[in-house]
Amino acid sequence: MTRRSWRWSLVTAVIVSAVLFPLGWAVLSSLTPESRLFQAPGLPRALVLDHYRALFDARDFWTPIRNSIIVAGSTTVLSVTFGTACAYALVRLRFRGKALVLAFVLAVSMFPQISIVSPLYLVLRELRLLDTYPGLVLPYLTFAMPLTIWMLVGFLRQLPAELEDAAFMDGAGRWRTAWDVLLPLAAPGLATTAILTFLYCWNEFLFALSFALGPDSYTVPVAIALFRGQYQVPWGEILAAAVVATAPVAAIVLVAQRRIVAGLTAGAVKG
Amino acid sequence: MATISLEGVSKVYPNGHAAVRDVTLGIDDGELLVLVGPSGSGKSTVLRLIAGLETASGGRIMIGGRDVTDVAPQERDLAMVFQTYALYPHKSVRENLAFALEVRRIPAAQIEERVRAAATGLGIESLLDRKPAQLSGGQRQRVALGRAIVREPRAFLLDEPLSNLDPLLRAATRAELALLHRRLGATMVYVTHDQEEAMTLATRMAVMNGGILEQVAAPLEIFARPATTFVAQFVGTPSMNLWPGTWSRAGAARRVMTAAFALDAAGSALAGASHDGSGIVIGLRPHDIDVTPIGGGDVDGTVELVEALGAWTTMHVRVGANRELVRVAALSGPAARPGDRVGLRFRRDRLQVFDAATERNLLTL
Repeated sequence: MTRRSWRWSLVTAVIVSAVLFPLGWAVLSSLTPESRLFQAPGLPRALVLDHYRALFDARDFWTPIRNSIIVAGSTTVLSVTFGTACAYALVRLRFRGKALVLAFVLAVSMFPQISIVSPLYLVLRELRLLDTYPGLVLPYLTFAMPLTIWMLVGFLRQLPAELEDAAFMDGAGRWRTAWDVLLPLAAPGLATTAILTFLYCWNEFLFALSFALGPDSYTVPVAIALFRGQYQVPWGEILAAAVVATAPVAAIVLVAQRRIVAGLTAGAVKG
Repeated sequence: MATISLEGVSKVYPNGHAAVRDVTLGIDDGELLVLVGPSGSGKSTVLRLIAGLETASGGRIMIGGRDVTDVAPQERDLAMVFQTYALYPHKSVRENLAFALEVRRIPAAQIEERVRAAATGLGIESLLDRKPAQLSGGQRQRVALGRAIVREPRAFLLDEPLSNLDPLLRAATRAELALLHRRLGATMVYVTHDQEEAMTLATRMAVMNGGILEQVAAPLEIFARPATTFVAQFVGTPSMNLWPGTWSRAGAARRVMTAAFALDAAGSALAGASHDGSGIVIGLRPHDIDVTPIGGGDVDGTVELVEALGAWTTMHVRVGANRELVRVAALSGPAARPGDRVGLRFRRDRLQVFDAATERNLLTL
């Protein structure tokens, strides 16, 4: 190993451990008995599943998980479905004010969330959507759709227009062409977009906190934040919950990371 | 198979660029018409207009006697071979060939049979299960052709189908295409910027420049009687010599004066040209100039550059007081060298005369 690459390995190792340390600490602590949580760090003598048991037995952590999956899942499905249609129109069809539409879509996503929480709250209350799934999915879509549209416009632009021309010449209409030619080719882009949208919704906190009125409609981040009691903070359970909430997402990202990286850099390098 | 005709077709883009201007063109049943011209001449746009991938800004397009100007490409029943081949990268060769038939809801057994027949005809039956990425350029080109053939369309449109092949393969495929055309007896419209390809393949050639159709005729006719100075220079290698000059008539004698030389035009096709006094452009192909000893020809000059191509040699010769450049092509013999003085004799019967203002050939009128 040359000196140069040795040095790089060291730098990489430092950065990776700095990033992973809190995660490792959380995993470790979530397995440590309550009594030893605040002792000097070091490998615990015994790993216990007490906190996890408490999470699902004493509390009902399944409900927030179910809520999060439903809300994030349906937001993702809706925004990718409609986002693909919008992006296709923006990329391939000729109409006036195309650039304006794109700019407008981007502008929508520029409002700080906190500035629209109160108006949204009032709107949702009038629509009697507070404390319901649509009451969260709709506001999420306002943020997820611009993200999806912008990413997919980037992906679809790279697909050669001649492929669609070829499909038209072969007799396929717009729908058939989209289904048989465009979508299979855009699949990596769709997957990347879907994953990023899902992550965004899975982690969203402010809206979820504001528009949920009771524990039955808490999502995972809200539920975790509201674990703290009046006199104590149940760190063990909080960390266990954090691990539970992170694990599936981390798994998805690890499985799909090649796709994501390919998707994110697809615009940069001609492939 | 069908006839195709364009009547005063034009294409103006929203930004005001006129890609095609008032093109009128008839393509007979079973004809291989080659649209040829430099890049940006509008030839590909004409093809896309026929295909229906672009909509005409004016004029009418007829296929098989039916007005299809506003008909979608899906309904025109034409097959197109793209320059980039545009094979569906996620489909196997078999699926690529079958796609158009599936879209038409043809029974699976029949699709299988037609795909196999087309693949066998092109020698790609062993590639049917591969993806386009696993094919060489030549194989991809065959698959693209196969995708068109399997359709049994009313006409074939080919957009520079050979330009992505290396030269050897290109020549071989060109010959195959000519055979294919004869075998299918199909109406084909073929776009290329390569005039040699156009000459060898075409039953008729349509030369385009700046969105305008300059001349439509059989290749040899175009070669012998180019309608405009542009066609004269574009068709034929090395390209035709053009000299601006004037036409004078003194009694019975007719003379052509250019900056470099004067020619007695008696006995040439020029003698019949009625144009008098005003500016003309004289054209003569390099092959129609003979090299003679000094003083033995119409004009003497100094060889500047010699390009030996084996079978024949191109010489660039400086002629006259202002050292006009003349391209001469001769069968390779005892080589002239740069700096040599030679005489040049112009073959009178091959001279072309163009009007300097309209740039049109006066002899064709």
